[in-house]
Amino acid sequence: MRPPGVSQSAADPRAPSTAPLSHLDATLIKNRGGLQLSFCVVALALLHGVIACAGFFAPYSPETQDRDSAYLPPPRLHLVDAQGHLRLRPFFYGYQARGDSFGEWQEDRTKPVSLQFFTSGPRYHLFGLVPCRVHLFGAESGRIYLLGSDAFGRDQLSRILYGGQISLLAGLLGASLTLLVGACVGTTAGYYGGWRDAVLMRLAELFAVLPWLYLLLGLRAFLPLAVSPLEAFLLVILVIGAVGWARPARLVRGMVLSARERDFVRAARGFGASDGYLLRRHILPATSNVLLTQAAILVPQFVLAEMTLSFLGLGVPEPVPSWGNLLANLQQYSVLASYWWMYLPALAIVPFFLGYLGLASALQERDNPYKIPEVSLGRPE
Amino acid sequence: MKRQSVFLLLSCLSLAILPATYQRAEARSSTVPPQTTVAEELLTVPGQTGQGGGRLVLSLRAEPKTLNPVTATDASSREVILGAMQADLVHINRATQLTEPALAKSWRVSADHLQYTLILRKGLRFSDGQPVDADDVLFSFRVYLDENVHAPQRDLLILGGKPITVRKENAWTVVFQLPQPYGAGERLFDGFAILPRHLLEKPYTEGKLAQTWTLATPAKEWAGLGPFRLKEYVPGQRLVLERNPYYWKQDAKGNRLPYLEELDFLFVPNADAQVLRFQSGETDAISRLGAENFAVLARQQRGYTMADAGPGLEYNFLFFNLNDLGEQVPPEIRRKQKWFREVKFRQAVSAAIDRDAIVRLVYQGRGAALWGPVTPGDRRWVDASLPHPQRSLERARQLLKEAGFSSSGKAEDDAALVDSEGQPVEFSILTSSSSAERTKMATLIQDDLKQLGMRVQVTPLEFRSLIDRVTQTKEYEASLFGLASFDADPNSDMNVWLSSGGTHLWNPSQAHPQTAWEAEIDRLMEEQLETSSYEQRKKVYDRVQEILAENQPMIFLASPHILAGAKNSVGHFRPAVLEPYILWNVEQLYWRSGTERAAQ
Repeated sequence: MRPPGVSQSAADPRAPSTAPLSHLDATLIKNRGGLQLSFCVVALALLHGVIACAGFFAPYSPETQDRDSAYLPPPRLHLVDAQGHLRLRPFFYGYQARGDSFGEWQEDRTKPVSLQFFTSGPRYHLFGLVPCRVHLFGAESGRIYLLGSDAFGRDQLSRILYGGQISLLAGLLGASLTLLVGACVGTTAGYYGGWRDAVLMRLAELFAVLPWLYLLLGLRAFLPLAVSPLEAFLLVILVIGAVGWARPARLVRGMVLSARERDFVRAARGFGASDGYLLRRHILPATSNVLLTQAAILVPQFVLAEMTLSFLGLGVPEPVPSWGNLLANLQQYSVLASYWWMYLPALAIVPFFLGYLGLASALQERDNPYKIPEVSLGRPE
Repeated sequence: MKRQSVFLLLSCLSLAILPATYQRAEARSSTVPPQTTVAEELLTVPGQTGQGGGRLVLSLRAEPKTLNPVTATDASSREVILGAMQADLVHINRATQLTEPALAKSWRVSADHLQYTLILRKGLRFSDGQPVDADDVLFSFRVYLDENVHAPQRDLLILGGKPITVRKENAWTVVFQLPQPYGAGERLFDGFAILPRHLLEKPYTEGKLAQTWTLATPAKEWAGLGPFRLKEYVPGQRLVLERNPYYWKQDAKGNRLPYLEELDFLFVPNADAQVLRFQSGETDAISRLGAENFAVLARQQRGYTMADAGPGLEYNFLFFNLNDLGEQVPPEIRRKQKWFREVKFRQAVSAAIDRDAIVRLVYQGRGAALWGPVTPGDRRWVDASLPHPQRSLERARQLLKEAGFSSSGKAEDDAALVDSEGQPVEFSILTSSSSAERTKMATLIQDDLKQLGMRVQVTPLEFRSLIDRVTQTKEYEASLFGLASFDADPNSDMNVWLSSGGTHLWNPSQAHPQTAWEAEIDRLMEEQLETSSYEQRKKVYDRVQEILAENQPMIFLASPHILAGAKNSVGHFRPAVLEPYILWNVEQLYWRSGTERAAQ
């Protein structure tokens, strides 16, 4: 008999590693998982909040062109001016063209421009509804391009923020659609079984092997030539959703298959519970963890899918920004070689992806706190 | 030091190649070459001389489809064939844009401008050593004029519906009889490569000319009169040409041209990849550069010289669908055509477009704004008196108001333009997805027109389906296109301006001109075709440009400069605004020696 609280592996290094964890270890892991989960949820909420309030955080409309400021590099923010005086507000020096050459700028040290916070600027709709004019920051005079400007003199920061709305919404809606379809199909196949299971799962296999890019190209050929940004956006979601449901459907089917054979489910059925009641009360709750984890994996995957489509020119058209069509500028060698700030949209996705993938792993850990830890087996003899 | 060693290596290589080449030339000529006693009448090229030897490597955007000058239609084949492998009777100097003697050493024109008598150079030989005479010229034009051959140049030899006739006066004299006077005169002969009768007569009589001289042709079965001849073709990789030892030009010191021993074309399908190859030194010169890539190369300056030859002959324009459409086209397009047919609508669109921004943002300042089809690069034909109105949204709004359009009158930034029936003005512009520059132009225009309340969508399409939509199915609303004249002469654009022309893009191949002004352009273009005095032709063509500017069937936007670059050691590198931009003087290109480079 081993004393409680001491794991088998600690007591005997040669013991098989399948031994259960100690209570203390499990609690630690659980707490750490819980912390990671809360951290990811808060971080993602903040990031999504910024994107949802893009109008407030972005100083300008993403479509406004300033044709005299094409490919302007991000300005350097200063607190100490040329005379060595400390200023309370950060300021920057405006750019002026260097000679006659295009796209080469130098700071105009004679004209410091202060940054202003909570300024009034171009009108926008907060959450797409509330008309508003207040922006987090703006320049005292002229325009500020905190992350530089693009080929048409449009503010890169504003475009990244507004572009995030399109890309993230496509990811979220696509994932919701996928999970909804996947859950319905998986539940039907798993619960009813028989020919329904066979048909639905063969269909899922068919969809899983579809080359989605060619499917989209094919779909595009049936649509009118010029589609509005909204139509293009809906098309992207539809395609993403239509193609992605197969995997969640198979996972849900597996969960449903095992859940419906559990004793308490059989007992409930024995007491005369209807199919609807069983599904609602016992079976679907068992799939919720799988669905949540799947959602956390699918959202970034679908954001990436939207970016790929827009990168290839199949997503939302100009001048509406999305992370994919912002990156499409990098298809040109000259942009790649000359303007480093055009890479920034690629960096914007990193915190989102880390957040979602962290969330997925935390969710998975929460589902299975008693997973087998790595155990040292001692030195080989 | 490294450069010197490379040069030394190249010199050694060329030394190694030289004897081999001569042996091969002997081997080629040993089979047939007849000995002639006629002295060669070589053309002496004035100016600075160069040094022989070396190999120049260039890149081509696509693999040439053929080496047959009669059937070549794609840009790559034409660049290789006309740039380096063939020669014509009279040639247009790409730098001066004027004609100069080539295979014909001189010519006479009859008083009625109907008869051209061309005197050929004596003693010339094809690249396989066979002599050239009037029979080869007669054979060549018989082939070009043959309907069954489908030579793209044939249209140029049909004047007023009748073909030109050619007859031989003696072994060195050929007489061309024109059915009606031809305004451009001897420019007609540029681009008609003289074919070797001894090689092509058999396939021609057997009806197999189109299948002859493909890229797979063995070098000994190919012959031409250009500075280079076929050496080797590696599918998917490169085409190698070698010096033609019988070329008919010499430099001021009497050295036979070309200087280069070998000319290699690598097939690099992408413009950016071409830039990278040039940057890494794999290719020695580059042309057809976009302004942005030119700027990248000019900024880095790693041992190469970049040259801006000024505005070329390419003109970019926006046009609307003015076709007479049948029932099969969506009614939506037919409804929108009511706006497009309204000249004030087109004028308003033109007035709202910021051409200076196009030049600045699309061409980085290396371009010229256009208000007519003739670019400033076409110095002899541009109508300097054509008005260049500045962008004016007020004028555009005024024109739209006069045409019955009005603003839907919501908040200023949401105001939409509506027509007299209350329909919002929305249309799409098709562009080629392979041209980032044209897509950029369309995006600028989209923003310009948004300020008038028009909602425009930009739709980039794959080039072939774009062409199909514009010229075949005609299912489009507006399109942004670019055309490049092949010669600095109005005749090169006949197909664009004549209402019956296939490239009359806004309404191609009309049986009868649809509007009075198109009929007037038809008449004027025919008139200039038959007029022989330059001044008179210029007057007529100026009128054509004015009519186009008034009616705006094409809204002219901008013309890019011709941009090119070459390694510092390439001598005589002088890009021209006419095609082939850097190969027009390929026989004079040479590798400078180390001392010459240092002196420079």
